[in-house]
Amino acid sequence: MSRLSILPDHLRTIHQHAEASYPEECCGFLIGRASGETTAVERVLPAGNQREDSRHNRYLIHPETVLAAHKEARGLGLDVIGYYHSHPDHPSRPSDFDREHAWPGLSYLIVSVQGGRVADERSWRLTDERDRFDEERIDQRLEKEAV
Amino acid sequence: MSVNIHIPTPLRRFTSEQGEVEVEGATVGEALKDLTQQFPALQPHLYTEAGALRSFVNVFLNDEDVRYLQKEGTKIASGDTLSIIPSIAGGAVSLLETERELDDLPDLSPAEIRHYSRHLILPEIGTVGQRKLKAAKVLMIGTGGLGSPLGLYLAAAGIGTLGLVDFDVVDESNLHRQVLFGRTSVGKPKVMAAADRLRDVNPHIKIIPHETRLDSSNALELFKDYDLIVDGTDNFPTRYLVNDACVLLGKPNVYGSIFRFEGQVSVFWGAKGPCYRCLFPEPPPPGLVPSCAEGGVLGVLPGIIGSLQANEVIKLVAGAGEPLIGRLVMFDALKLRFRELNLRKNPDCPICSDHPTQHELIDYEQFCGIHPEEERVEQAFEISAPELKSWLEEGRPVTVLDVRNPPEWEISRIEGAMLIPLSELQDRLGELDPADTIVAHCHHGMRSARAVNLLRQMGFARAINLAGGIDAWSQMVDPTIPRY
Repeated sequence: MSRLSILPDHLRTIHQHAEASYPEECCGFLIGRASGETTAVERVLPAGNQREDSRHNRYLIHPETVLAAHKEARGLGLDVIGYYHSHPDHPSRPSDFDREHAWPGLSYLIVSVQGGRVADERSWRLTDERDRFDEERIDQRLEKEAV
Repeated sequence: MSVNIHIPTPLRRFTSEQGEVEVEGATVGEALKDLTQQFPALQPHLYTEAGALRSFVNVFLNDEDVRYLQKEGTKIASGDTLSIIPSIAGGAVSLLETERELDDLPDLSPAEIRHYSRHLILPEIGTVGQRKLKAAKVLMIGTGGLGSPLGLYLAAAGIGTLGLVDFDVVDESNLHRQVLFGRTSVGKPKVMAAADRLRDVNPHIKIIPHETRLDSSNALELFKDYDLIVDGTDNFPTRYLVNDACVLLGKPNVYGSIFRFEGQVSVFWGAKGPCYRCLFPEPPPPGLVPSCAEGGVLGVLPGIIGSLQANEVIKLVAGAGEPLIGRLVMFDALKLRFRELNLRKNPDCPICSDHPTQHELIDYEQFCGIHPEEERVEQAFEISAPELKSWLEEGRPVTVLDVRNPPEWEISRIEGAMLIPLSELQDRLGELDPADTIVAHCHHGMRSARAVNLLRQMGFARAINLAGGIDAWSQMVDPTIPRY
């Protein structure tokens, strides 16, 4: 099982973004390092949902914004290692739509927001066969702990 | 032509960890084809099964998005660099799949697979979508004009549990639009006739008839077992009732309404967007918007609007496409024009906002200002059809005033009557003599009751109402007058 290592601060940022965007979806970038089965988040970069319609159940980040995030990551000597998004009033499980629009090798962190409050979060990785998402473990690490 | 393609980090595992790959080709499409030939494992991540570039995969030629050039046909030159950049998209699309794990969805039998094969081969629906349709429980309010196409298409499409609510019986005047029914259904309860027809359309689904009048006392109990409610009602009190019950239970309401040549469709879902009350906080004054029975309706119109509602139901259940939440589609059959309005949630909506002032169902007849007694006249000011006949035969001086609309006058009229439609009465009082005995009539006696009340207020002390209207006249006095 792969593992997503993340700071409590990062989760707080994501939770705030998800609750502030409710009942619409929010999304953003997970920037960090991948080594073997572990990806470590070093930075969270919230993005605006750039969809004009169906914002309650769809999110979209334009390629130009993705390009900018990649540049920012590279500037820090890091990589975009995944994305987070929220599911307002839905479980933190990827939808079929998510599966059609994902790549393997990235972490997809989904936050379930129920009635405006974060209920839970789970992180997922698409299999190479694209047939399903496998859940990965979310480890909250302390600030100074080495990855 | 040889160019370099920049491979994004997550896909490098499929390119032997190469960040840049040299490929051959004269166009972007050819270069990508060469790339997937060198690294076949990349194919499914860049292309759909049908061979189209995945919608979230964007290709940049140097710094230009090829979508704004000639897309995959964009010519490339030596030294150019191509980058593959994903736009990030996702979402909790299967709106009704709240707690339903994929594994919990019912399987399809071989007979069902045959029935639904044209759905199954659509990628947007497929086997998973069809199993979601089978798992879905949809309640239809009304099995009339809108309910006819709704019932037929939802049953045919395999909505696993379809509830039908209606209290009416099939009337001959329903048949020009309510295509669920035929001649043999006339006189039968609508839900029963509809259930028989729909079982023939699709034996694989469960049909639950609820032969009852929907009201504030039974709506929540009826709705609670269903995933989604479809509003095919023809009156304002029921429309507000359906909306409010859906908001209170957090269920989507697929709304449609028709009037003469115009129709409206939307998906109201308080938890996800605006509700009917955000759009229309107050009902129109009673009598302003006539019902189909009073105003008429183009027979094919509910076929169009009901089909659009069925389309939205299937999309919501299967999680396909863009649901009509926050949008109102308006259709004009005479101009053949669709218009679309964006709807916003009313931050002060009394029922679906963050601070609702209404927490339960109310009396919707009263909310809509409908007081049945107001539309009647005192019995002393009423006359029966046989009585009027004998008055006329005795040669009593009586003005028979028809307050219906001209098209109704064309269908049938009482000999010697004069026509002043109710809407024009106020302005045409000068054509009447306050000293005369005026017998007002309409189709069934409701509009003429309003006319008599108006006339008496204006000093026409001898105005009286023909009870039961021209319909009673036809049944009791003159059967040669066609009923409608």
